[in-house]
Amino acid sequence: MTKIKAPVSPFRIIVWSLLFIGAVIMMTPIIFMFSASFKYNDEIYELALISSEPTLSNYIYLFENTEFLKWFKNSIFVALASTVSVLFFDSLVGYTLAKFRFRGRKLVFIAILSTLMIPTEMLVIPWYILARDFGLLDSYIGLIFPGIMTGFGVFLMKQFFESVPDDYLDAARIDGLSEFRIFTQIAMPLVTPALSALAIFTFLGNWTAFLWPLIVTSSAELFTIPVGLSSFSGEFQSEWEMIMTGAAVATLPTLLVFLFLQRYIIRGVILGGLKG
Amino acid sequence: MSIGKKRAITAWCFISVPIIYFILVRFYPTLDAFSISLTDWNIVGKKTYIGFDNFIRLWHDPVFWQVLGNTFEYLLLGVPISLILSFIIAHSLDQVRFGHGFLRACYFIPFLTTAVAMAWVWRWFYQPVPVGMINLVLGQLGIKQLDFLRSTTEALPAVLAPAIWAGLGFQIVIFMAGLRAIPQSYYEAAKIDGAGAFRILREITLPQLRPTIVFLTVISSIGFLRIFDQVYNMTQEGEGGPLNATRPLVLHIYKAAFERFEMGMAAAQTVVLFVILLFITIFQLKVLKND
Amino acid sequence: MRLLIAIFFMLSIVHVAHAVEIDYWQYSYKTRVDAMNELIAAFEVENPDIKVHQTTFPYAQYRTKVAASVGAGEGPDVVQLYYGWLGDYLKAGILKPLSENNFPATEIETDFFPIVHNMKVDSHYYALPTAVRSLGLFWNKKLFREAGLNPDVPPKTLDELTEYAKKLTKYDRAGNIIQVGITVGPIDQDHNWWREVLVRQFGGTPYNADNTKVTYDDEAGLQAFEYYAGLVTNHKVSVVDFMDKGEIAFKAGRAAMHIDGSFALSTFDRARRLEYGVAELPTHEGIKSNFASYWVNGITSKAKGEKREAAEKFLKFITSEKAMQLWLDRVGELPARRTVANHPENLENPKFGPFIRGLDYAHSTEFYSEAEQRRTVVDMLDRVVLSGMSVARSLRIAAEEDQEIIDKARMK
Repeated sequence: MTKIKAPVSPFRIIVWSLLFIGAVIMMTPIIFMFSASFKYNDEIYELALISSEPTLSNYIYLFENTEFLKWFKNSIFVALASTVSVLFFDSLVGYTLAKFRFRGRKLVFIAILSTLMIPTEMLVIPWYILARDFGLLDSYIGLIFPGIMTGFGVFLMKQFFESVPDDYLDAARIDGLSEFRIFTQIAMPLVTPALSALAIFTFLGNWTAFLWPLIVTSSAELFTIPVGLSSFSGEFQSEWEMIMTGAAVATLPTLLVFLFLQRYIIRGVILGGLKG
Repeated sequence: MSIGKKRAITAWCFISVPIIYFILVRFYPTLDAFSISLTDWNIVGKKTYIGFDNFIRLWHDPVFWQVLGNTFEYLLLGVPISLILSFIIAHSLDQVRFGHGFLRACYFIPFLTTAVAMAWVWRWFYQPVPVGMINLVLGQLGIKQLDFLRSTTEALPAVLAPAIWAGLGFQIVIFMAGLRAIPQSYYEAAKIDGAGAFRILREITLPQLRPTIVFLTVISSIGFLRIFDQVYNMTQEGEGGPLNATRPLVLHIYKAAFERFEMGMAAAQTVVLFVILLFITIFQLKVLKND
Repeated sequence: MRLLIAIFFMLSIVHVAHAVEIDYWQYSYKTRVDAMNELIAAFEVENPDIKVHQTTFPYAQYRTKVAASVGAGEGPDVVQLYYGWLGDYLKAGILKPLSENNFPATEIETDFFPIVHNMKVDSHYYALPTAVRSLGLFWNKKLFREAGLNPDVPPKTLDELTEYAKKLTKYDRAGNIIQVGITVGPIDQDHNWWREVLVRQFGGTPYNADNTKVTYDDEAGLQAFEYYAGLVTNHKVSVVDFMDKGEIAFKAGRAAMHIDGSFALSTFDRARRLEYGVAELPTHEGIKSNFASYWVNGITSKAKGEKREAAEKFLKFITSEKAMQLWLDRVGELPARRTVANHPENLENPKFGPFIRGLDYAHSTEFYSEAEQRRTVVDMLDRVVLSGMSVARSLRIAAEEDQEIIDKARMK
């Protein structure tokens, strides 16, 4: 927004410094996570950021003795498939709820919104029985099906589609575009920032999902990263250096996805029709 | 056929598949959970119908009321603190150009992490001397050390902090997307009118952000009322201690379902949570929409 | 897709005709999983018509996973469970009793350590352990030396334990403890130490003979709890959950003494700079006591017909003497059969020895719900330490809560 050139005022310097301090605070726990992954088991409780004897042994162990690469592949697949599906369906529903007037619209919206209010912890048992009845236990489809649409995404997209001016859509209708094409070719590009945001959230939500993947998978070939990582937590002790190492490795790809999509958020704003 | 009717048909076509999905994968299991709440069921054996006994037992259970109180404490502290913080940060970030991408990434990255790993780091920060970082800093400043997780009063905020920390990046990004969607011309018009920064904020920014604020308030309320990961991973053996001081409703449900196998009881608490969430959400949508 | 499913289905039927397949579940822990794979390989050589498939899950969610899958009629044929969960599992109908044919009760009672009695409900045995664990006192030799104590002589009695702990505790200038004399962590092993060891050493019993009434709410229980809480409140030689867990503090050399199970040996052996010793638990007025726990293997209600037969064969194999020696060598857990445990080589081992000797006078709590009953002890100490409640009153509340858990479980 306010990109008006102004001389650097002391007020701006203060704002910038505060933001910077905040950013450092935000990053501190993560820096410690990375630092712990380079320490030996008996040293990770020390405060020193850089150990006196840094080691790569945790990383070597992770890749040599666990199925980490397989978990990684599974996580990528599950997260990507869910994200693509959520982006399409949630924006379709959000768009319909925002831009069409029809009887039962409010009810459908509240009903979908209300699905956010049941904790997953309570749904896993019915889901499990459902998956069993459809023969989906211990399969990729079984892993993915509870998340191919989300109430959250519908809500998010509805809120953003509401700010799309009706005139744009009506103009397209006059041009004779079909309703579906108006949605994909006119409406969707107008909410690119929201779509990128939804993509990030969905990807991450699936990337870190734990309880359902744990329940639905039985064979180690289908474990996702969080399920695999938690096997370092034992009965009486946890191999924290391994959990930190795994978490560090697991954070990197999401970081890249984020940095990649972050650009799209900006570009979406510049190219989009919302600048008025 | 009228245009209105035709558009209504289009609308139903668009949402038909999603509606079938939601019915099958969300509503049906939800109703299933509701029906379990009227039974005594240990997951394996037969379900015995017992009417509202589970709810009556909950009503007379002091721990349940304590847990409910904790849950609201998470909500009442978490939502305002996180929303105000994230708005201030998003608004300031939006005006900063130097190192903008870097700063924004720093604020967002905590959202990328998993609760299990980060909870461990936070637990570590909260330790007393000689190993706890926060207490070491307090000691340097000459402030008495805090008990954090080993205190019945400080433990809940101590568990809440990482939850806010992890979710802040999400809220900031949503706020920034909302800020960017405000047409530039509004600000230019205000500038010409000679409006001050505070008036622009009050009369343009905040009203224009209304859909964003509605969204974030609802979503973060649901999030804080359903808080689980942080408590499960930060308290000893995931018990929500000390002395139940940090135990929220979802953890209570989890324990009933998967540790004691009291599915009926767990389902009854889910119904309570559902009713609370539905009530709060509809209330928020009503209040925030009509001004 | 449908065709594929059909083909797959037919293939699996053909497969079944050749061999009986059974599923075995335990929690993931590298040495345990490896040892079990070794046992399975040996078993399959002896029984070529049976295939055993091992699956493991993270410890913290193991129970969740078992409950969800058995609840839906899925899951393993042979399952490993903590002995303290038996009550819950029976209540849920997950386990079926072992046949008298393959597992005669008289033989179990003469061969195994007496703690296994807990697996007998209504004259049926429901599960058997491969290995058992008991408690011991770990001490850090380096810290003993620093404090001017003989690094090879651990305290022998509870009074000595307090005296040693006082000498081994270090404080900073503000009076904060920076090294504890002994760890205090009721949520880890201390609740067992308190219930089965301290209460008995002060002359009481935790529960009555048929395990229906709490009996520690008396003078003996009060003295036992005063001793335990006194380590923190009176003598100030410890902090509850110092460095989050006693095991961590001990490993990091910030705790001089620590009570833990035999399963902790492997962790402490891996700590690079830790020089430690382990001894039998300190006595009090000549009374010795210990707490033993174990993981058992049971057969689920899902295993029927030929699967059940195969499951019993497998269970017999993994609770044989041969399997137990392998488990001790690979995992470091103590054999559940006396003959193996009392082998001189095992009994004289400086690390396993104290634990095996402890087994002779060990007790196992018959938990109705391990997690909930543990919580009563955790809260009992927290009320004294955090809320300043009197020891006597907190003990009474804990006894009432514990009794309520027992009554509730027995009603079902």
